[in-house]
Amino acid sequence: MTDAPIIALRGITKSYAGIRALEGVDFAAHRGSVHGILGENGAGKSTLIKIISGVVQPDAGEMRLDGQPVRFASPSAATAEGVVCMFQELSLIPDLSVADNISIAAPPRRMGLIDRKAQLRRAEELLARVRCEDLDPRMMVRDLSLSRRQMVEIAKALGRDPRVLILDEATSALTAEDVQTVYDLLGRLKAEGVTVLFISHRMNEVEALCDRLSVFRNGRHIETFAKGERTDAEIVRLMIGREVTAKYPPKPAPTARPPVLKVEGMEWEDALKGVSLTLGKGEILGVGGLDGQGQKELLLALFGVLKGVRGRVDLGGRRLPSSPIAAKSGEPRVALIPEDRKTEGLMLPLSIADNLVTAAFDRIGRSGVIDPARLEAAVKDGIARLQIKLGHPSDPVRTLSGGNQQKVVIAKWLMTDPDIILMNDPTRGIDVGTKQEIFRMMRDLADGGKSILFYSSDYAELIGCADRVLVLYDGRVVRELEGDAISEEAIVGASLNIGTAA
Amino acid sequence: MKTEDKPLVIAAGFTLVILLIGTGYMLSTSGTMPLLQPTYLLQQLQIGSFLGICAAGLMLVILTGHIDLSIPATLTGAAMIATAVGGPWAIPAALAFGLAVGLVNGAGTAVLRVPSMIFTLGMDTVLRGVTVAQTGGFAPQDQATPLMLTLAKGRFLGIPLALYAWAGVSILIAFLLARTTFGRALYAIGTRERAAYLSGIRIRPVIIGAFVASSLCAALAGVLLAGYSAKAYQGMGNAYLLPAIAAVVLGGTNVLGGSGRYAGTLIGVILIVLLNSVLSIMQMPEALRQIIYGVVIIAMLLIYGRGQRETG
Amino acid sequence: MMGRLIAQNRAFAGALALFAALFVTYNLLHPRGFSSAVFVQNANEAVAIAFVAMAQTVPVLMRGLDLSVGAVMTLSACVASYLLTGSGLEISMGILAVLATGTAFGLMNGLIVVHGRLQPIIATLATGAIAIGLALILRPQPGGNVDGDLSWAMTNTVWDLADTYGIAGGGEAWWIRPFADIPMPLVLLFGVALLVWLPFKRTVTGRTVYAIGSAEGAAYVSGLPINRAKLAAFTLAGFFSACAGLYLALQTSTGNADTVQAGAYTLNSIAAVVLGGTALAGGIGGAIASIIGALILRVISFYFRILDIEPLLQPLIEGLVLLLAVSAGAWRTFAVKNRLELFR
Repeated sequence: MTDAPIIALRGITKSYAGIRALEGVDFAAHRGSVHGILGENGAGKSTLIKIISGVVQPDAGEMRLDGQPVRFASPSAATAEGVVCMFQELSLIPDLSVADNISIAAPPRRMGLIDRKAQLRRAEELLARVRCEDLDPRMMVRDLSLSRRQMVEIAKALGRDPRVLILDEATSALTAEDVQTVYDLLGRLKAEGVTVLFISHRMNEVEALCDRLSVFRNGRHIETFAKGERTDAEIVRLMIGREVTAKYPPKPAPTARPPVLKVEGMEWEDALKGVSLTLGKGEILGVGGLDGQGQKELLLALFGVLKGVRGRVDLGGRRLPSSPIAAKSGEPRVALIPEDRKTEGLMLPLSIADNLVTAAFDRIGRSGVIDPARLEAAVKDGIARLQIKLGHPSDPVRTLSGGNQQKVVIAKWLMTDPDIILMNDPTRGIDVGTKQEIFRMMRDLADGGKSILFYSSDYAELIGCADRVLVLYDGRVVRELEGDAISEEAIVGASLNIGTAA
Repeated sequence: MKTEDKPLVIAAGFTLVILLIGTGYMLSTSGTMPLLQPTYLLQQLQIGSFLGICAAGLMLVILTGHIDLSIPATLTGAAMIATAVGGPWAIPAALAFGLAVGLVNGAGTAVLRVPSMIFTLGMDTVLRGVTVAQTGGFAPQDQATPLMLTLAKGRFLGIPLALYAWAGVSILIAFLLARTTFGRALYAIGTRERAAYLSGIRIRPVIIGAFVASSLCAALAGVLLAGYSAKAYQGMGNAYLLPAIAAVVLGGTNVLGGSGRYAGTLIGVILIVLLNSVLSIMQMPEALRQIIYGVVIIAMLLIYGRGQRETG
Repeated sequence: MMGRLIAQNRAFAGALALFAALFVTYNLLHPRGFSSAVFVQNANEAVAIAFVAMAQTVPVLMRGLDLSVGAVMTLSACVASYLLTGSGLEISMGILAVLATGTAFGLMNGLIVVHGRLQPIIATLATGAIAIGLALILRPQPGGNVDGDLSWAMTNTVWDLADTYGIAGGGEAWWIRPFADIPMPLVLLFGVALLVWLPFKRTVTGRTVYAIGSAEGAAYVSGLPINRAKLAAFTLAGFFSACAGLYLALQTSTGNADTVQAGAYTLNSIAAVVLGGTALAGGIGGAIASIIGALILRVISFYFRILDIEPLLQPLIEGLVLLLAVSAGAWRTFAVKNRLELFR
């Protein structure tokens, strides 16, 4: 690989609202290679690909495509140069057909108008390339399953004749069969001289596919090396940095804990197919598995969001709450740290103080009238309890960094003095320091008698934090791990349901 | 200056500019300054109080991200009920009517989740239909009760009673917004309904409450307006919907909900009332008034420079 | 094939079925049965609201609203009341000028929304006032002068058109016979839909209008021309409103700056859009569907005449039908299994 890189970045820096996402990044990828990009959440991978694909513009630095300096003002500008990105958040339009979506911005035309027949043929060809011949291109995207949508997304990207193809977690929802199809496809593209930037959390995928790997951490490019030059352990160390040791607070010795929540055979739609679990008082119960195996639905069901949940639930003598209002009041009280803090956890334009009290109105006043003294005390208490770093409580919560925003979400729920805390991937996109604070706080809460049901997409967190770990696969608990049995191999094995029998 | 104060300051400044232009015009044509005379101003504000009361209630609905297009028919209906019922029950009956309209609007929007734009529009058409069917399309012969006449036209300490009513409503709404959990919930729902729901805020009662407030205010305005005109008539509420929306928005409330202060709505109403009176002093024809009206709204919103809220 | 089409356009299919049922029943109930004269009259009454409904559809598809459509229609009608007279060339230029007026006004709406970054609902509320003001300047009193031949030809059947202008053998040519009884208003309505709306839908810009309403973020990263589509949507709304105004002027031979009527048309346009099955949340539906929605609204009012319902009850029943129609969709709210889906 002596030829000039197809894409080269020099000194790329990008900040969002004062928070550095990328700092002085130099990066290069070569023609006809599959280049893996590794890093923890928040390491800057997403920002990197957003800059390369024109979604955001860097604050400083230079990008060269095939030796020529380029600056993409929009995704369409990048696409025009053959830089095509498949985003983690899908870029498909739900209310248009598969064929429409595949040729979305540059459809075949006749006399200026979209040629539907040609578009249909084109969709069929591209779908055939990703082995989805059975998919009717006239279907609406909204009627497709998530894995099918990802395949359509890949077909759409192929249709843009990429020189550089970026796959951001493109395989997260795919079936094993589809994953193999994508592997084969990437092999062929490589042979054709296409460069693929591949971002995945699945180490085995990265190992199988990539020729070169680049590790990012805290917005910096740490190292790039050829496949096989580094062991897994070394790679993990590069990703995590030096703080690998003191990252998690020590776990208490396993003890018998009185159960506060018992679930037996919980079923809901296609997502939950008979989940059973027991959560003890003062316990951190981890929930793992690949994305989309029912973990989120389990938490939502326990919080009273889902309708038509079947199965037996014993919540300290109560049944399943019928709404979030019922969940947060009564005994025991339940809290949910939701999946997406920007749209579900917070009201971004409202002040920090307003956000802190939204779940605990009864704490700040009597019969609906706010007592300013109690309001101020509650806000102060919430800020102090999680050491939220802020300018003034009346600032909009959107001015805070991601980590501090998440602290506001947690502080908001601690204000209701919950007995059971459901956490849906609470450390996603948060800096390492805040993560550690959150883990510390979780353990303190558990030691203080709270029970925590903790879903994380990061296995390391489950290993470091949880007293026990349940692994979900296809809406069922397939493994329960405790104590020293909680290991990466065990979780990964169970996640893929390939039965690394204990 | 905080960003949310900006519209207030600009609107207040523009109100002064309107006063100056009007005064300058009168000085140059007739050498008088009626606009700066307390009696004239009080009279203008008395007329403006009907609009002010409507806008106060509407603001709560707009804060939740909804809209109430049924204000005209609610106002007219309440006025007709008050004059038809008469006697001591005139005003309670009108307010009960407002309450009922608000409950239906709120239920359609919060429970059935029909877009408020379309549900309240249907409500307005239905209520209008009822009043037309009831009166046979003619002006009803009923008269406003003495109490209504007094409330609308009487004075206490030289200040019109209608202004007291407006002030009372204003204090109540300002208190609701600033010092109650209901107020917090309005802002929360208007900002991000999903997050509000997941915070365990009672979405349905709060939205219904906002619509009830809006309809009650419209009904009260109807009672007062019927008192002021001594009778109720078809279409008496038509002139109040769009100015009320404009007043709320010019006062800095986001038309998509979630942000806005009551002081802004107050200034917005005063701006519109004064703009109207200056235009009528200048004997501006209706055509030019409409144009000036539209241009002022666009120009001021452009000056506020409020962008669209991010979607998706 | 048919099954998928119906499944994907369930709302539209429902609206079409409702309209067909209402219209057939209407003609069965009509004392004189189906007659060409009544049909022409019905068509005349439906065209303006159908055009305004088409206008409203385009901004609604991208999750906006245009509260100025009724006002722009009124303004265009007032302009038309001056220009639709004189020689053939003068009349032709006049028609173009009327359409240009509304289109330009729509373009202005678009510029304010796109570059001023104002909310469409509030921006068009204000520009609507401006349009009404301009209309009032043009026509302080109702009046006007519209070419009689044109007015007659356009508000009657194809045969009358041919007869009036002596084309196709005065309507007796063999090739025009099959179309002779079709009302001209419907020809105009569906002509515009066919020549303007359907081609627009098949451009990238038109597709972008749908994409914005469906998922604006995805539309952006897919490289679709967002601003161009927003400009086009409001411009097109202005054009359709102008078509409505033009027809109104032909039908009434006058221009009338009627504020109440303008407001009623705007509000009814929203109702027609919803009845036709276009989602106010954007992304689903179309102008043809809104035409059906507008026709449903009009057919309901036809019933009042033949059923001897007191005209005074008319607005009440219209309102109730609208409320029932929109509330009927609420079963979906109760069928939702994940309550989070109910909230934005």
